[in-house]
Amino acid sequence: MSDVLLEAKNITMQFGGLKAVDSLAFKIHKGQLAGLIGPNGAGKTTVFNMLTGVYQPTEGEVILEGQSIKGLKPFQISQRGIARTFQNIRLFKKLSVLDNVLIATHQHVKYSLLNSLLLTKSFTESEKNQKEKAMDLLKIFSLESKANELSSSLPYGQQRKLEIVRALATDPKIILLDEPAAGMNHSETHQLMDTIAKIREDFKLTVLLIEHDMKLVMGICENIFVLDHGMKIEEGQPAKIQNSKKVIEAYLGIEEA
Amino acid sequence: MFKAFKNPTLALIGLAIFGLGINFGFNDYIQLTVLFIMVNCILAMSLNLVNGYTGQFSLGHAGFMAIGSYFTAYSSTHWNIFPANLQFISAFLFIVGGGLLAAIAGFIVGLPSLRLKGDYLAIVTLGFGEIIRVALLNMDFLGGPRGYANIPSLGSFLSSYLFASLWILICLFTIWRVMQSSYGRGFLSVREDEIAAESMGVDTTKMKVRAFVMSSFFAGIAGSLFAHFTSFINPSSFTYLQSINAVIMVVLGGMGSLSGSIVAAIFITAFPEILRPLQELTHVDLRMVIYSLTLILMMILRPKGIFGELEITDVWRKYVRRSA
Amino acid sequence: MQDFVQHLINGISLGSIYALIALGYTMVYGILKMINFAHSDVYMVGAFASYYVARWLGIDSNPSIGTLIILLLTSMFFCSLLGLLIERLAYRPLRNSPKLNILITAIGVSLFLEYGGQVVFGADPKVFPDVMKDFVLFSGAGIELTSFDITVLIVSILAMFALDFLIYKTKLGKAMRAVSSNPSVASLMGVNPDRIISFTFIVGSALAGVGSVLVGMKYPKIDPLMGMMIGLKAFVAAVLGGIGSISGAVLGALIMGLSEEMVVAYLSSTYRDALAFGILIVILIFKPAGILGKYSVEKV
Repeated sequence: MSDVLLEAKNITMQFGGLKAVDSLAFKIHKGQLAGLIGPNGAGKTTVFNMLTGVYQPTEGEVILEGQSIKGLKPFQISQRGIARTFQNIRLFKKLSVLDNVLIATHQHVKYSLLNSLLLTKSFTESEKNQKEKAMDLLKIFSLESKANELSSSLPYGQQRKLEIVRALATDPKIILLDEPAAGMNHSETHQLMDTIAKIREDFKLTVLLIEHDMKLVMGICENIFVLDHGMKIEEGQPAKIQNSKKVIEAYLGIEEA
Repeated sequence: MFKAFKNPTLALIGLAIFGLGINFGFNDYIQLTVLFIMVNCILAMSLNLVNGYTGQFSLGHAGFMAIGSYFTAYSSTHWNIFPANLQFISAFLFIVGGGLLAAIAGFIVGLPSLRLKGDYLAIVTLGFGEIIRVALLNMDFLGGPRGYANIPSLGSFLSSYLFASLWILICLFTIWRVMQSSYGRGFLSVREDEIAAESMGVDTTKMKVRAFVMSSFFAGIAGSLFAHFTSFINPSSFTYLQSINAVIMVVLGGMGSLSGSIVAAIFITAFPEILRPLQELTHVDLRMVIYSLTLILMMILRPKGIFGELEITDVWRKYVRRSA
Repeated sequence: MQDFVQHLINGISLGSIYALIALGYTMVYGILKMINFAHSDVYMVGAFASYYVARWLGIDSNPSIGTLIILLLTSMFFCSLLGLLIERLAYRPLRNSPKLNILITAIGVSLFLEYGGQVVFGADPKVFPDVMKDFVLFSGAGIELTSFDITVLIVSILAMFALDFLIYKTKLGKAMRAVSSNPSVASLMGVNPDRIISFTFIVGSALAGVGSVLVGMKYPKIDPLMGMMIGLKAFVAAVLGGIGSISGAVLGALIMGLSEEMVVAYLSSTYRDALAFGILIVILIFKPAGILGKYSVEKV
């Protein structure tokens, strides 16, 4: 068994009287490609929001590489190596594609404001490096020709890809993808999955993804967590999930006797 | 390092030549109007950094301007540290001092209030601005409600003008270069989507405070210059209407366009003066009525301001070059 | 102690006037999410409308209940009309514009009314008609209740009850609440949001009209800039109570009125405006949605 990279220790999220996620526990190992599935409203995105600090869990904590990230703000968590995409695309709409990626590299910028005022060497070099890195990442998803276009002018599928590029630009250890294939057709989805597999190899990444396309999840995920009503009802390899009675019930509902 | 000063120096020389023209070609009244235009240029650009680029709505800039003004007024009348022929050095230092004091105030105001969003932030900054004004009303050593008179000028029109030009350029190039840097993109990301920016590792609170402090620094500078140019200030020069005036300049010029801010500052300052003959003709003061109507019509007909988000150089590229 | 009770009465009386104006701010904010800066000037126009109508009718020095009622109706009518016009001409074309544009337009309308008022009415203060004789209605234990205080209280309480009835007991009120909570869904349900918004402006402005007559009665000097400070404070009161919330506006206004009266009485009158903002800042920083407002968590 490889080391645990990310661990959720009984995390709970309570909104008023509603428990969106109820003492959820799971472990993700280094280099793994894990999937988080469940019916609509099961609390999957809420889990992402807790892992990235957008919401603070009401109870429990998240451990990254043996250290608790409890109480950290989202930007601190990002700097520790958790990156994410958003289900309902949150690009910086009125900025160019390149700027969207550059902003994600800001956390690695060393020069101070004064350097940019005096146009010092460290400023110009750092800017050059940032841009090169951003362009390299855009190339992976064939977005380099669109670098200077407004991000909101991209077609939907490319906006989703840009979200992934932007997340990659933070140099993460683990990347959380929230429905990366939503709205894509069959061939686009396959292409995307190949790219995800490739970046995982190239960047030695760990991946956790939320997806509705079952074929896709079963096809590439090594370990799957199934969430229903905020609780984990099943965990395991695709074959196990496919045959789990609990999972089928959760998706189809139980016939009232 | 040298190339960093090339463009600003060229621009300063250009402005100086322009100033010489005004110096010999126009009367005192127009010269004073030109100086006020320059103060408003700095004020508008500084606010654009917060409102236009960082997307945080501040209505308290009159307060920061007041702090700069009063510091300069007090220091230049009380502290004689340089001999008469080197007064310009102390004048420069006191102006910087006014800016720094305003920046500190900006930090104190910004830190707690920048957690708020939209209208709430606007109201809290408005509140802080008013508190600064009321505090000044109650400070006897600064003249209280009577105000502060006999603030020394910066010498002739030409030397005042050069001081103002220097600061306009410092303000312009600082904001411009910051916006070309990674920090500038950080400001923009806060405006576009705070949650996404945070998730990409941008410390949005720090970014907002940074923009706010820089902006209040330049608002303080604008206030310092204003004090020298009018020679008399009182707390009612810095009511929230002054803050609103600054916001109007930013929006009219275009949020996130420095050239827009400058053009709007010229327009807003000069417009009432241009309408003055009309007043003599009709014997009623219709200037502000026309001004407000223009404002409403502008918002309805050209909601993105004169320049939108473009700079004057972009406009050139977009329309002039294409047709050529 | 007697002093304190007296200040309490004065504070409540001041607070209820703030409340009448604050309600207009809060209603418009609740439905359009905009700060209607021109509201305070609508209030000013109400005062001038009653001034001119009273002179025209020749009742400007004829204090009686009848005068009060005539002036209240006059002021309400003209304020409503003006509110409606402003909404139609200036705000409606900007319904889908960025917030800042709408705010600046509102400021533009406000400036237009203030400076236009100076041109039309003249910049010098005018003396508001005698609405009612000022006499001590009740006196005892060192406390005085004047006819003005009682009138202010009765009229504003009546106005607020009328508003409460309108919003919670009528079909129109239901439509208003629906549009305020979700305009697009409300319009799917057959409510015409534009009509409801116009109506909100009419009601809010009418309340400001009531406020202007009461203020004119108590402080009979009126001028085109009279709305600025009181409008700002009423707005602060609305934010304090939780903008968008009707009961919040009343609560916030009472707190404003009381604290202002107490500061003037026990500290210094020069700090009274600063205190209002001080309270506001503290409240907003610790409870950003105001006392009774709901703070919505952004969905990610």
